[in-house]
Amino acid sequence: MNTNLERLSPWLFTIGIFVLWELVCRIFKVDTFVLPAPSQIFQAIAQYSLPLAKNGVVTLWTTLAGFALAVAFGIVLGIIVGWSRTIYRGLYPVMIGFNSIPKVAVVPILIIWFGIGVVPAVLTAFLISFFPIVVNVATGLATMEPELEDVLRALGAKKLDIMLKVGIPRTQPYLFGSLKIAITLAFVGAVMSETIGANSGLGHLMVLAGSNFQMPLVFACLIGLAVEGIAMYAVFAYVEAYFTRWAFRSSMSAAA
Amino acid sequence: MTASVDIGNVTLTYRGAAGGVLALKDTSLNVRRGEFAAVVGPSGCGKSSLTKLVTGLISPDNGEIVIFGDKVRGPVKIVGMAFQNPNLLPWRKVINNVLLPLEIVEPHRRKFRHEKAQYRKQADALLKTVGLEGFGERFPWELSGGMQQRVSLCRALIHQPALLMLDEPFAALDAFTREELWCVLRDLWQKLGFTVILVTHDLREATFLADNVHVMSARPGRIVMTKTIDLPRPRDLDICFEPRFTDIVHELRAKIAEVRKA
Repeated sequence: MNTNLERLSPWLFTIGIFVLWELVCRIFKVDTFVLPAPSQIFQAIAQYSLPLAKNGVVTLWTTLAGFALAVAFGIVLGIIVGWSRTIYRGLYPVMIGFNSIPKVAVVPILIIWFGIGVVPAVLTAFLISFFPIVVNVATGLATMEPELEDVLRALGAKKLDIMLKVGIPRTQPYLFGSLKIAITLAFVGAVMSETIGANSGLGHLMVLAGSNFQMPLVFACLIGLAVEGIAMYAVFAYVEAYFTRWAFRSSMSAAA
Repeated sequence: MTASVDIGNVTLTYRGAAGGVLALKDTSLNVRRGEFAAVVGPSGCGKSSLTKLVTGLISPDNGEIVIFGDKVRGPVKIVGMAFQNPNLLPWRKVINNVLLPLEIVEPHRRKFRHEKAQYRKQADALLKTVGLEGFGERFPWELSGGMQQRVSLCRALIHQPALLMLDEPFAALDAFTREELWCVLRDLWQKLGFTVILVTHDLREATFLADNVHVMSARPGRIVMTKTIDLPRPRDLDICFEPRFTDIVHELRAKIAEVRKA
């Protein structure tokens, strides 16, 4: 009973919020232009399901493309940074500096370089999401137990051996943990870029709807974004749990 | 008997931001082939530095170290190592943890893929001798601390090293498990006949296991006394309660108290 309730609770809470929202809108007679009620939003979702789906797919793949770039680049850079203390020290301030730049300021530059379209969105998603991956991979490598390194070095292992046998496997929990964060960031980046300059995507649709004063559609876009965000987070949370089961042993019952 | 480890007048300084620390000064130590040597001393006397020197992980400022007739210039592959922390890889099953050195050290490395079945059999046999038969397919975190340390010993021995370096391997275990593992190590040593250098601060452990106990002074460390333990072998745990055993422990203890004051 209790476990059932626990399993249902995310749904109950979500529905509860929508019900509360609907009630507030009706009781206080909130203007649709200020805050549309959920019923109106779902009506808009039904009415504009085709454009919503089309643009949703665009946003999804832009995010995933940027994210894929970030994963590839992040792992490589993370390994380079984690490889030696000198590189770590040298590159870290540069990366912090880069990460501190609000990416919203970079989007106009990307639009000037690549024109309006999906390319700036993909690149923004990439730029905003690679940092946590680099940091996590580098941290995983840098925190390797020195005794273990000694055991292997005493056997004549080269740096590459140690990386392949120990460093990279033990970095997996750090990497997969960072993917969850990176995918949500990539999503934020892609949508941000779409709202500034694009001709498709949920962000673009939202801006379009807003300038036409179609508030229910704007909120429909927001809900679409939330759903996609949750879905992608869930996928990578599952991937993490699947690949790094050994690192979460405390939450599993030991087989012994 | 020929010398297997010969440490001659070794001096070692650690260079740090706050100036150098002289860890070892004119340390000499001789270990025969097949001997079980123990090094004891007050904390911070450079016992662990000795381990790193012998395995070639660091090189001394002065003096030289010769292992089986060869001067140590870099990492020596004929050495197995185990530490206080078992340091098993949590993503590998026990058997694959034991096999790890074979994936690195030549000539096994080259043959590893082809003869994996053969190597697995060796690892299983080794696990059996330390009382871990049937635990090969478990993950390290499913094992108790003492069992993990047994696995660590197996990993140190799988490539049949001629020299086993142990750096306080039983320090983190409870008293019962520790004594149990003394016997495991004793039996392994008697069966396989490798040379052992055991670094420890447990005088009973040193006396029970070793042929010779070397006492180190406080920093800068050097050997101030070598005590030959002439208790008959094979030794049983009961020997720890005999007067001649406790006499040796007391003697070592007095010496360490003396060097700590100095």
